[in-house]
Amino acid sequence: MTAATTDVAEPSQDTRKAGRFVYVAGVVLLCAWVLVPLYFLLINTLSSPEAVNAYPKSFIPEFDLGSLTFFAGFDGILTALKNSILVAAMTMVMSILIGAPAGYALSRFEFRGKELFRLLILLTRAFPLPLLALPLAVMFIRTGIDDTVFGLALVHTTLAIPFAVLITFSLFSGIPIELEEAAWTLGCNRVTAFQKVILPLVLPGITASAIFAFVISWNEVFAAAVLTIENRTLTAFLLQNLDTSPLHLKFAGGFILVVPALIFIFAVRKYLFAMWGIANR
Amino acid sequence: MAVIEIKNVAKRFGEYQALHDINLTIADQEFMVLLGASGCGKSTLLRIICGLETATEGEIWIGGKRVDHLAPKDRGISMVFQNYAVFPHLTVFENIGFGLRMQKMSNDDVKRRVERTAGLMHIEQLLTRYSGELSGGQRQRVAVARALAMEPDVILMDEPLSNLDALLRMEMRAELKGVLAESNTTAIYVTHDQVEAMSMADRISVMHEGKIVQAASPIEVYRNPAAEFVAGFIGNPPMNFLEATPQGGGKFSVAGHSFDGPSAANSNLQFAIRPEDMTLAENGFPAVAKVVEPLGAHLLVTCELDGKLFRAILDSEMQVKPGETLKLAPVKDRIRWFDPETTLAVA
Repeated sequence: MTAATTDVAEPSQDTRKAGRFVYVAGVVLLCAWVLVPLYFLLINTLSSPEAVNAYPKSFIPEFDLGSLTFFAGFDGILTALKNSILVAAMTMVMSILIGAPAGYALSRFEFRGKELFRLLILLTRAFPLPLLALPLAVMFIRTGIDDTVFGLALVHTTLAIPFAVLITFSLFSGIPIELEEAAWTLGCNRVTAFQKVILPLVLPGITASAIFAFVISWNEVFAAAVLTIENRTLTAFLLQNLDTSPLHLKFAGGFILVVPALIFIFAVRKYLFAMWGIANR
Repeated sequence: MAVIEIKNVAKRFGEYQALHDINLTIADQEFMVLLGASGCGKSTLLRIICGLETATEGEIWIGGKRVDHLAPKDRGISMVFQNYAVFPHLTVFENIGFGLRMQKMSNDDVKRRVERTAGLMHIEQLLTRYSGELSGGQRQRVAVARALAMEPDVILMDEPLSNLDALLRMEMRAELKGVLAESNTTAIYVTHDQVEAMSMADRISVMHEGKIVQAASPIEVYRNPAAEFVAGFIGNPPMNFLEATPQGGGKFSVAGHSFDGPSAANSNLQFAIRPEDMTLAENGFPAVAKVVEPLGAHLLVTCELDGKLFRAILDSEMQVKPGETLKLAPVKDRIRWFDPETTLAVA
């Protein structure tokens, strides 16, 4: 009798152990997937050119700032950095200003063609940018916004808007309509109710979606490379210049691209969690 | 001074007619309950009075002023919602003071008003908390306090107690009635709970399929239902119905017994009687007991009579066994008659 029960109990304990092992292994693998390349990037950035090309590699960085100093003094890199930030910031502001009202309308109003509208929003992502690049470039030259920060921000906004609309749509849908109605009965009109009740509640989510737009713009390289010549963003600038650079400079360039985005995401990580609905209620 | 007049209000959602030509006048400081099953249009009517919904036809007058073109904030009303709708980003204090702040009331006045209203609802100790830190009952108190703090002419409540557990609901029911009576506001209260309606209302409007079937005092609604629907909806268990065939001279035959019915009627009628208005008597209907439910205070017996289920509430001392035949007689002056054609009561 007792023997039988332990026989039954043991496999289940084994399965639990195995499940735990798979879980931990999965987490370790995923972390390694992200962290190992970043670590190599870091080592190679902080190594002298000789060390970068050497074999076997050392796993301890040398703290040689040669490559980074080179970039700091590199002509045009600060302008490119400034452009990148400008374009990303404009993209962030425009995609929220346009996307959030659309998200609100989608969640609160019934109108003809609503489902079609939602589909169309997603469909904007269905056209590959290379396909649009040439007509866009022609159009931009005609209207005179080619090679400008604003023109590029417009393209990036187009890329970011579907996310802005869909994220804000789910944010607004998560807020019971009764809260708004209660505000209306307590002396608010639609605008003041939005300001006093809805906005404070969705702000974390809006922030998250704004950051998302910022990162989309920061990472985008194709449109930036096609539509700008003088006013290149950091991605386009590095892509253009690193192509023919020695290996250690490529690593350093990659590092320069990755780090600001990482720092930014890290700084606002709690809002990103809010975006997935963990901290929003 | 806030009489509410609802004149010829109708509401259509596309093809669906939610409200048919509603006419109702609610007196100043009256406690009116809109009672009905879900989907009967009671919430829609309340939302039209509130201004959250617009009527397809008709007019709403509050305090002698036509309001159906006004925004909710300009109607002199406050509303309490079923799911509380307490603002989660504000403290209890700021929730209660929300409407006062919108009126640009001074800080001192807001503080005084909030504290007094919180006192009425017994939530003074919760003023610094957020809604996430409150229980359902406490949230409901905050929602009521927030509505009362506005000192509105009219307070509208949409099933305010239905999310609370039974004990709390009973407690809040009595408390709410007391607080509202003192506040001198006209109240419209929507519920599907007939006990709530009976215990709180000055007057009940029973709604069914987008119409008001009867608007009368709770006792009147209970004793003299205006229609079969009301008779079958109010009361737990509801009224019993039996077929009645005319014998001429105002006499009607019901399950083989003769009763004095409405003298003018000369067609088949429904004979109706409340379960508690049945007594045991030698000359009563023979009824076979099917289910016997001892409910403590009394005994609920479900029997078969004239081929239909028939409920009787008897003294709890009675010993009744399933299968036994009871002789049940109705209390004569409690018998009501309904016309099966119109479903309305016939006197």
